[in-house]
Amino acid sequence: MVTKNKIERSKLMDVLWDIQLKRGCIEHDDITKIADEFGLSRMDVEGVVSFFHFYHKTNVGKYTIYLNNSVVSRFAGMDEVKLAFEEATGTLLGHVSKDGMFGLFETACIGLSDQEPACLINLKPFTNLTPEKAKAIIARLKKGNKPKNICDEPKSIVQYTPSKERTVFFKPYKTYSSLSFLKQNEPQEIIELIKKSKLAGMGGAFFPTGLKWQFCRQNKADQKYIICNFDEGEPGTFKDRVLVQEHPELLIEGMITAAYAVGATKGAIYLRGEYRFMKKDIEKLLESYRKDGFLGKNIEAKEPFDFDIYVHLGAGAYICGEETALIHSMEGLRGEPGTKEIFPVEKGFNGKPTVVNNVETLSAVTRILEMGVDKWLALGTEKTPGTKLLSVSGDCNKKGIYEIEWGMNFQEFLSLIDADNPKAIQFSGPSGELLSKVDFNRDISGEDMMCGGSVMIFNQDRDILEVLKIYSDFFVDESCGICVPCRTGNFLLNRKIDKLILGHAERKDLKDIREWSKIIKTTSRCGLGQMSSNSLNDAMTKFPEIFESIVSDDSDFNKSFNLDVAVAEYDNIIKEITSDYE
Amino acid sequence: MNNIVNLTLDGKKVQAEKGENLIDVAKENGIEIPTLCYFKEIHPTLGTCRICTVKLNGRHTTGCTTKVADGMEIEINTPELIDNRTAIIEMLYAEGNHFCPSCEKSGNCVMQNLGYDMGLTYTRYPHVFSKKLVDFSPKRMIMETNRCILCKRCVEEIKTKDGKSVFSFVGRGVKTRVQIDYEQEEKLSEAEAIRAMDLCPVGAILVKGKANELPFGDRKFDLIGKDVLTKLHKGVTAPKHDEKFIVGTTSLAGCFGCHMSLLDIDTDLLDMLEIVEFNKSPITDIKNFSKRCHVGLIEGGCANSHNVHVLEDFRKNCDILIGFGECAIMGGVPAMRNFVPLEECLEESYLNGITSELGANIIPAHEDIPKLLNNVYPANEVVKIDYYIPGCPPNAQHIWKVVKSILTGEEIPIEHDEFKYD
Repeated sequence: MVTKNKIERSKLMDVLWDIQLKRGCIEHDDITKIADEFGLSRMDVEGVVSFFHFYHKTNVGKYTIYLNNSVVSRFAGMDEVKLAFEEATGTLLGHVSKDGMFGLFETACIGLSDQEPACLINLKPFTNLTPEKAKAIIARLKKGNKPKNICDEPKSIVQYTPSKERTVFFKPYKTYSSLSFLKQNEPQEIIELIKKSKLAGMGGAFFPTGLKWQFCRQNKADQKYIICNFDEGEPGTFKDRVLVQEHPELLIEGMITAAYAVGATKGAIYLRGEYRFMKKDIEKLLESYRKDGFLGKNIEAKEPFDFDIYVHLGAGAYICGEETALIHSMEGLRGEPGTKEIFPVEKGFNGKPTVVNNVETLSAVTRILEMGVDKWLALGTEKTPGTKLLSVSGDCNKKGIYEIEWGMNFQEFLSLIDADNPKAIQFSGPSGELLSKVDFNRDISGEDMMCGGSVMIFNQDRDILEVLKIYSDFFVDESCGICVPCRTGNFLLNRKIDKLILGHAERKDLKDIREWSKIIKTTSRCGLGQMSSNSLNDAMTKFPEIFESIVSDDSDFNKSFNLDVAVAEYDNIIKEITSDYE
Repeated sequence: MNNIVNLTLDGKKVQAEKGENLIDVAKENGIEIPTLCYFKEIHPTLGTCRICTVKLNGRHTTGCTTKVADGMEIEINTPELIDNRTAIIEMLYAEGNHFCPSCEKSGNCVMQNLGYDMGLTYTRYPHVFSKKLVDFSPKRMIMETNRCILCKRCVEEIKTKDGKSVFSFVGRGVKTRVQIDYEQEEKLSEAEAIRAMDLCPVGAILVKGKANELPFGDRKFDLIGKDVLTKLHKGVTAPKHDEKFIVGTTSLAGCFGCHMSLLDIDTDLLDMLEIVEFNKSPITDIKNFSKRCHVGLIEGGCANSHNVHVLEDFRKNCDILIGFGECAIMGGVPAMRNFVPLEECLEESYLNGITSELGANIIPAHEDIPKLLNNVYPANEVVKIDYYIPGCPPNAQHIWKVVKSILTGEEIPIEHDEFKYD
């Protein structure tokens, strides 16, 4: 039984955002009211509110500071900045100042890894922070300056592109030029062309784009959707941000092309909450596309079609980068990934066939149409033609975006970024692969090692265990909680890392880590749990000396149990009580 | 007939209707794939518990989300997959607070029964002991979050007549919980509430006044459980011709019930004494080890400093340590205090409890009194424990069979009703 005048559930996140931003929190009564208006139970709304990092049930202050706690930010001096913020705002991390002015929180990577430490204040970016700068920002806010007036414009640092004729993304683009192609080709011809280009999902999953479109096209439905995955949450990635800052038309035209190819009439850009500062610009551009007739009704093409795009704002959940979780969150559900029983191309958003593509993938579509598929195929390698955007951060002298041709030797790449004798490189993010010098002679290509976009460099002074602990904290935080191997498995691995760091670990703990990781990997419901233990296991393989030096031989006594520690609380209580007697 | 497909299950060629659920196909062919969340009427299948993980054409996936198709090669009961399943059940036991002896659902609990079937005696993972809510506020129901395994059955299946959810997931990651919406719960009929309780594979959803209708012993799994074999052991170094196996026993933070059960071996005690000699034990009242023991039997976990010293002493003086009874294995009833601050525990015991004398104002403390630990620790979090005998208390015959099996290295069948968590 559907009650007609209830609001569509897919508007839920928008409404929650609205209240969160206006009032600084979503209170008990708000939830009751929302539930009523949407025709949901209170607890359903509560479930969504409590799922997302940026929704709060208690007030988060007039100025809400989210300090990035990614590994890159920490190594760039996050701790000092945190202390400066704590001092200046008079509140501790995780709390709101007594006068309600400042809320100070940490958050996962905010896509500014080449300008760390960075934070968001009322979702406006502040980059390259130092303790002095942090104090100055707070002082200016106290004087009444608005965050939007004093924030930093996140820089687009494009460090490298191939020679002019071999560059794909970062070169001038004439708006609308790719769309003329739609007038000469039928949808199926476009799909054939994309199949021929061997374009694959650049978010890191590398599923063949043409095939995905084909599946979606084959599924008959009155309505289909194109969703652009702009949730860029893998720590260390910021290539999509820079690409959209520089060439947003590529993405929009890629979506229009995709819609034409599969027969979709509606599109959405799933913009991560951390990138809210980009929302207005994107919407403005969409409006000009609409004005010029490239969005809306009857778009000119060999088979004219209807298509429009809106922006959906995420609210801080790494897991929503997974396509089914992303769709669920758009539907106003908790961002839990689905099973692989049904794919979005069959039943996606609102139960309709849906294509979810990454920003870089859709932008590549536009460029392929523009440059011609043969020219694209001449770039890169046999399996992976074209170029790839890499976001480089950490210990190197040239942080920023690199557009490289697939097939580049890693050693060559390291000299490009000017990394000085690196110890380890996190390739494709914490869920990717941890590289050591044994890997430096490999190639970045579909034939050898693929990369979704994040490259974080760690120099000889960095403590690998600390890095692993930061990753593990991240995965524990971001696990959606729906399946036990990921939910509790990652938590238990985190404890093992603690044990290693404290020097309590024995040889059998290393064996446990290997075995538990394998169980988590093979039984988890989605990519998060399947990949979360990669770096830890890579580190054990590639840096065995680190682990050898801290573990002791197996014994019959558990070193992490310490009687003095275990009775300390009792001693304190008794001490307090006996002092009362006297 | 073109809807019939051929596939292999663990090498066995079978036929099935195309698109049928793998769990059902396997069952029709005599292969039980265990699961906690799969429920035929819920579509799409939930795929939350991950226990039915199988290998499909060489890749891991869950059985419940697999629709059979022609040519599928499916591995179900390989040692790796069986270990995965056991590991998941162990992880669920470790993350939740499952005290079978005091659970209303004991005997009707699918997870408990899977534990029996798998011969689970302990968890390889340390117990998390996270504080969870028991919500008595709903009109008809009690939400016992300690036992919830987040299978999502109730969330997806139990709705009011106007289609609203009664149960929802709230929170994220390790803090994810199922919560009841009070307003919607009131709308459920008693029959619907009981259906929710029955749908719950564990004891998380209880209907007030209805949870204990069937007596223990007559419940679903009490009657249909499988027998298991004790695992094969290497055995201990056999004593010389005219000597016996030396055994020590102790009760730490336990109730001595396991020792009582030990004495319940009755006349078998005489057989036992043919080959066994007790050293340090409450049975002999020998206070200090006078000989090295082949085996030490540990009842109870560690609640105070004395428990820790005794346990360490046992580890030093015994070749093999066996934890027997729930408390040694996972802390048991004493570990229920792990969710209450220590200071509150002391105040409740000595000052504010209903058995305290009026005006009581002293919490006893003296250097001769052992110090309480911040938490109750399972024995294996302090020292290495080699074997476990679950039960509250373990069945007398069962204790003796396992000890004998360990001493002699024989494999002994254990009947279902001997092997118990409660």
